[in-house]
Amino acid sequence: MGGTVSANHDRSNLLEVRGLTKIFGTLTACDHIDLNIAKGEIHALLGENGAGKSTLVKMLFGSLEPNSGEIFWDGRAVKITSPGVAKKLGIGMVFQHFSLFEALTAAENIALSLNDGSPISTIAAKARALSFSYGLPLDPDSLVGDLSVGERQRIEIIRCLLQTPQLIILDEPTSVLTPQEADKLFETLERLRSEGKSILYISHRLEEVKRICDRATVLRHGKVVGHCNPREETAASLARMMVGSEVKAVVRAPAEGIETAPALLEIRGLSRKPATPFAIPLKNINLKVRVGEVIGIAGVAGNGQGEFFESISGEVLQQDAGSVRIRGKDAGGLSITGRRLMGAAFVPEERLGHGAAPRMKLSENLLLSRHATDGKAFVGSGGMVRNGAVYSAAQRIIKAMDVRKSAPDPEAAALSGGNLQKFIVGRELDRKPSVMVVNQPTWGVDAGAAAHIRQALIELARSGSAVLVISQDLDELFELSDGIAVMHNGELSTPLPIAEATFEKIGLLMGGAEPGHAEHSLEVA
Amino acid sequence: MRIELVKRPQRSALFSILSPFIAFALTIIAGAIMFALLGVNPLNAFEIYFVEPISQVWQLHELAIKAAPLILIAVGLSVCYKANIWNIGAEGQFIFGAIFGSIIPVLFPQFEGPLVIPLMLLLGMVGGALYASIPAFLKTRFSTNEILTSLMLVYVAQLFLDWLVRGPWRDPQGHGFPQTIQFGDSAVLPELMPDAGRANWGFVFALVAAVAIWLMMSRTLKGFEVRVLGSSPRAGRFAGFGFNRMVFFTFLLSGALAGLAGISEVSGAIGQLQPVISPGYGFTAIIVAFLGRLNPLGIVAAGLVLALTYLGGEAVQSALGISDKVARVFQGMLLFFVLGCDTLIHYRIRLIGMALVKPNGAKLEAAPKLEEAR
Repeated sequence: MGGTVSANHDRSNLLEVRGLTKIFGTLTACDHIDLNIAKGEIHALLGENGAGKSTLVKMLFGSLEPNSGEIFWDGRAVKITSPGVAKKLGIGMVFQHFSLFEALTAAENIALSLNDGSPISTIAAKARALSFSYGLPLDPDSLVGDLSVGERQRIEIIRCLLQTPQLIILDEPTSVLTPQEADKLFETLERLRSEGKSILYISHRLEEVKRICDRATVLRHGKVVGHCNPREETAASLARMMVGSEVKAVVRAPAEGIETAPALLEIRGLSRKPATPFAIPLKNINLKVRVGEVIGIAGVAGNGQGEFFESISGEVLQQDAGSVRIRGKDAGGLSITGRRLMGAAFVPEERLGHGAAPRMKLSENLLLSRHATDGKAFVGSGGMVRNGAVYSAAQRIIKAMDVRKSAPDPEAAALSGGNLQKFIVGRELDRKPSVMVVNQPTWGVDAGAAAHIRQALIELARSGSAVLVISQDLDELFELSDGIAVMHNGELSTPLPIAEATFEKIGLLMGGAEPGHAEHSLEVA
Repeated sequence: MRIELVKRPQRSALFSILSPFIAFALTIIAGAIMFALLGVNPLNAFEIYFVEPISQVWQLHELAIKAAPLILIAVGLSVCYKANIWNIGAEGQFIFGAIFGSIIPVLFPQFEGPLVIPLMLLLGMVGGALYASIPAFLKTRFSTNEILTSLMLVYVAQLFLDWLVRGPWRDPQGHGFPQTIQFGDSAVLPELMPDAGRANWGFVFALVAAVAIWLMMSRTLKGFEVRVLGSSPRAGRFAGFGFNRMVFFTFLLSGALAGLAGISEVSGAIGQLQPVISPGYGFTAIIVAFLGRLNPLGIVAAGLVLALTYLGGEAVQSALGISDKVARVFQGMLLFFVLGCDTLIHYRIRLIGMALVKPNGAKLEAAPKLEEAR
């Protein structure tokens, strides 16, 4: 146990948390958490998904009420009953998912959350001054809908700073940033630390925690498993603390002779007009995914990946049938069912509500994507569903993917994110598809399950399929892919072979640099 | 003082089953208060309302006559509502089913034989389905709200029927009464057991429809499609199920069943077209659908209960001199309590009074002091 726990509550700690516990039904999400945050430190909160990080932070920010435990703010016991109370105390939070109105300007969005009646022009002036002094370039009069994700995050940070907080909580802030944008953010954080402000930094990216954090608290299964100085640890030792055991590394045998293999999935000049005022248009996308190959698509969230996925999957049809070709045949005019019948399989980003119907059983969710491709096996005469066959197929997938669950055939919503994702990926793998398109395969999935899913995708490719992975997690793409392309503002770069790809090159492309440009600016640097 | 609904983390399976019974009990209590206020002994009134109307065999037949259209319409509506599509206009589809089905006996009375009834029933279903296709088309083509369009079309249907029986279809020998000619013998839906009571084949249609829809919803891919699109439309699109196709499917199906109910009612219970052919079956069926928890088998039971409220309303009117509008009141209360109970299964009520806000306010003031202390 690190930190100082003294009777007269050391005033050097800005925030002290003792025995904080939150119980949901039978699940103890946070189990007697102790946490000290000193003044002027960047404190990392590490843990896998489901370790209790979000629950803890929600209690600190007043959006959840703890079952037991104490919180001391600057040496005094406090009860944080609402986010309003947290703000008044001096706790600010920047959420992972932004809460901004796209049709309003940055300043208007800030005014909404400040809610103190000051005129927009005053707020805009303040925001401009702050953005200047912290090196966070932002035009307060710009429309949020026109801004990039990184710029939107700056609005959130400035909105938070305007309330002059002493403690700033950042939830996975770099998950939406390019490596270069993340560097800028770190400069801001160090600047804040030098002013004596404290930062609680939530992340699962170990390298950046090692780089900027002074101390770390590691959570696993709702319990604190250790406090440490991340600078003295290695990424591997931190990972071990988080996961509790060694994570099996993903093995990727080099792909042989891919260049000459036939393309199973081909995108030719795919363009799409924006469906809503703030959707991203797709611009002349070209891509080939060949037999045996895993191609990764990197990019900051909201650069057209969702639109791209919908276009390939057939949830949205193309006017030019030749713009999407599966196994050498035009598929652009076919529905998702038609494309599945050609041998393609799809895993969308959202698990609940898109890839699976939350309130339906796993066996029913199997039927969801396979009622047509396995029509003979699963649907009998007169459209009667063969429940027995569907059930046993679901059990086969559960076994193959090691899906952990509480009942033989539970509702999808009853599974943890990682286990549901294993089932959804397994549902498609079970078909042995010749083309597999996956959007964010391991988003919010714990390390063990993520390794399992990645390995399964590589093996599918090596067994003769084409696999396309869209992800915002660069580590994942480098682990999986034979080539990485970058999507920026609806455009897709040519894939870089994995041997030539580096974080820097990909990062520059994610920020919108031209492919040739990326090489050049690196040489200059 | 403010009232908030807070979502419950878990739904109680027990109370999901009990909810219609609790709602019914609450309706009885509220009904007792209403009877007491009207100066009637509630126990006496309840006996007349709920017990006497079903104490003899012929009365059970009357119950079946009232229940048949309610069940037929409600099982169709249950499919719509499961798909999250809100057809509120079954009353209009019922009327158009009746009008279409009546084309044969009114315009071609000389056409007789065993084919007349099947043709009339078929035409009735076509009429109901065609009328239901209007809101479906408007919704899929122009994204109009089907609740409004289907509801407004009810009034169009009612006035159209009124015009028909006063105008072109009026019985020339009817002494000016607004009604069509009496249907010929081969255009009258046969009674099931003519010696025991008036119940006709409409009740059998209702039971067959309930079982068929139950099978469809629980066992077939089509039923699965309805449930997926209703509960998670995006997952439904991912499954390759078309939403617009579903809008048409549910409207045509529920419209056809409402139309079948309409022609069965006219051909069986009434025997001719009149300005008013339904005591609001199409609206009451909405209550039946929800009281039956959108389950076709539950709807059969709920249909019988609601049919009893109609009979009871007539009974208290004749025995106690209370307006038969009391039936509407009972139906309204029942729907209110069913929806109320269902809401409370998903949400709990939190009262936020002034007394609770104050300590919060006190803390809010304490915060700046902390700032000063620093």
